[in-house]
Amino acid sequence: MSTVTNAPAAPHDPSMSHVHAGGYALELRDLRKSFGKTEIIRGVQLAVRPGERVAIIGPNGAGKSTLFNLISGRFEPSSGEVILNGTRIDGKKPFEINRLGLSRSFQITNIFPKLSVFENLRCGVLWSLGYKYTLFRFLADLRDANDRAEELMKMIRLDKKRDTLAMNLTYAEQRALEIGITIAGGANVILLDEPTAGMSKSETSRFIDLIREVTVGKTLLTVEHDMGVVFGLADKIAVVVYGEVIAFDTPEAVRANPKVQEAYLGSVLADQQAAEAGH
Amino acid sequence: MKQYYEFKPLNVGRWLVWSLFALVLLVAPLVFSSNLSVTMLTQMGIAIIACLSYNILLGQGGMLSFGHAVYTGLGSYLAIHALNWVSGGGWPIPVSLIPLVGGLAGLFFAVLFGYVTTKKAGTPFAMITLGMAELVFAMSLMFSEFFGGEAGVSGNRVVGEPFMGISFGPPVQVYYLIAVYTFVCVALMFAFTRTPLGRILNAVRDNPERVEFIGYNTQKVRYLAFMIAGFFAGIAGGLGAINFEIVTAEVVGAARSGGYLLFTFLGGATFFFGPIIGGVLMVLAAVLLSELTKAWLLYLGLVFLFMVMYAPGGIASLIMMNLRVASFGRLREVWVAYLALGVTALVVLLGAGSMVEMIYHLKLDAAMGDELRYLGMTLHPSQVSSWFGAVFVTLTGLGIFELARRQFLQQWSAIQTDIEKEIKRRETQ
Repeated sequence: MSTVTNAPAAPHDPSMSHVHAGGYALELRDLRKSFGKTEIIRGVQLAVRPGERVAIIGPNGAGKSTLFNLISGRFEPSSGEVILNGTRIDGKKPFEINRLGLSRSFQITNIFPKLSVFENLRCGVLWSLGYKYTLFRFLADLRDANDRAEELMKMIRLDKKRDTLAMNLTYAEQRALEIGITIAGGANVILLDEPTAGMSKSETSRFIDLIREVTVGKTLLTVEHDMGVVFGLADKIAVVVYGEVIAFDTPEAVRANPKVQEAYLGSVLADQQAAEAGH
Repeated sequence: MKQYYEFKPLNVGRWLVWSLFALVLLVAPLVFSSNLSVTMLTQMGIAIIACLSYNILLGQGGMLSFGHAVYTGLGSYLAIHALNWVSGGGWPIPVSLIPLVGGLAGLFFAVLFGYVTTKKAGTPFAMITLGMAELVFAMSLMFSEFFGGEAGVSGNRVVGEPFMGISFGPPVQVYYLIAVYTFVCVALMFAFTRTPLGRILNAVRDNPERVEFIGYNTQKVRYLAFMIAGFFAGIAGGLGAINFEIVTAEVVGAARSGGYLLFTFLGGATFFFGPIIGGVLMVLAAVLLSELTKAWLLYLGLVFLFMVMYAPGGIASLIMMNLRVASFGRLREVWVAYLALGVTALVVLLGAGSMVEMIYHLKLDAAMGDELRYLGMTLHPSQVSSWFGAVFVTLTGLGIFELARRQFLQQWSAIQTDIEKEIKRRETQ
């Protein structure tokens, strides 16, 4: 089992209403996942306080996305516990986990292609506003759902594309819509899987501002490769290597951690410096 | 905040469309008043409800069902049994409410079978519906007490004293009963598309995985939609029972299920009104086309094939594409091309149709002599000259059709590019 430092960091919104007995918004206890005989996630321990922004970094194939899939219920863990806002959620279905206040985005854009931008967002808000499987009310009459969808559309700056089908948006717009759907239900724990993947540098920096803006007061976990983004966005960084969290600390501490330097960060930073020198 | 929702209390366009629909239903038997026409109109009403209910699954939920006739058919059986029970002195349920018995039966069986079917989506769903359809059809041959064996179950819709002169004896009275049901069911099914459940069903169609991550149990969404589709299918079945006064095992058969799929697709599954076109075509094909030629199923198959290949959105999508072009004022540019396409397609059809008819004549009616009447002409299937002529017309038609098609495509794509540019321009304004 990996050992992790777990120094509390100052949350962005000190007036968190969903702080639980353990004080954590999300807690992973000795989480393990095997596919066949291969153990991909090997005893992950992680505890995230409400309002913290945590970046999960690590080499390709380290198990970052698998970790997200385990937390969000896409895969069932082989063993271990996942605790969300004080409730055990391992083994629950994705929709049950979502209802308990956790929402996620995907590495590969995962939206409703044949619905308009507005409809995509409205679908995202329906459950949380209690409309569930409602059959005897018209969508157009659901003022709160419509207002919330309009508001979200403005937040992700797609209000000019209100009636455009999601499949006709540009890639960056689709990524923004993906974030919009993710935050639509008002979940307080947000998981973003490589939100800026495939974006240009200028798009990325704009997008990071957007993420920061729309996740104010929420607990955020994000998988990210761009170290600039990681160090700019995160309060804490979890380094995953070979299915283990080898470090979990503030960006400065992680950067200085020799174990991390050796296993991952050294080579990544060297690559980045080389790339920058080349330009 | 700008209030810009699609439903406005005084939506003139919508009122107009629905009033027009009601008017068409009202005056149709006055305009087409022959016995055959009224029979066809009646069947169209039933087919429209059946195809629309099927489209709740296919178009709105992305569920390709091969067994929709199970629900229309069992609705028919329960309705005819209810009718017989009423006429045998059971509860005095008015005949006009018997289709609701069919609807409840459809709902009941959808609750029962749907629990299993909707556990899966995609190909497994399609396979399970196929199995379910075969199961019910096999049962229809085994339990002749309920299904009436090969003779089916017959009934008499004229029950009790006429109410205000309405006995449902004359076909036109049945037509109006079915017209009322058609209007109400179409309106209810349209309303369904505007509800939270209806919209989430679209989301499940588009991306079921994502739906799971916004709080919805996709299986439950599919199951609920399946029940609603089953209810309306049952109503269509119940109306069929009243209309025909006989229900035989073929109403739960695979051919019927295939028919719903085929015509819903032809009409267009992506738009609400597509299956209405499909339902009308279904009756036209089954009643008129089958009278016209023995090869009607072959023609139907070919039309389906071309539709799947070139216009997978069905007739409704073709209409909507042209409406879009018209809304940008560009439709008048293509009408010459449309005319050319239409005329050349007719030439191809003339040639190819004559060959098909000659083959059918040789195979089925050779004993009736060598002469074949075809669109006012006399063909001789055993002579080379007729075949030469047919091949010549077909190939010539194909050649000029291809030229017309290329010309049209060029024009069409130029117009589409302009429209896209115009949309972009408006967005940035």
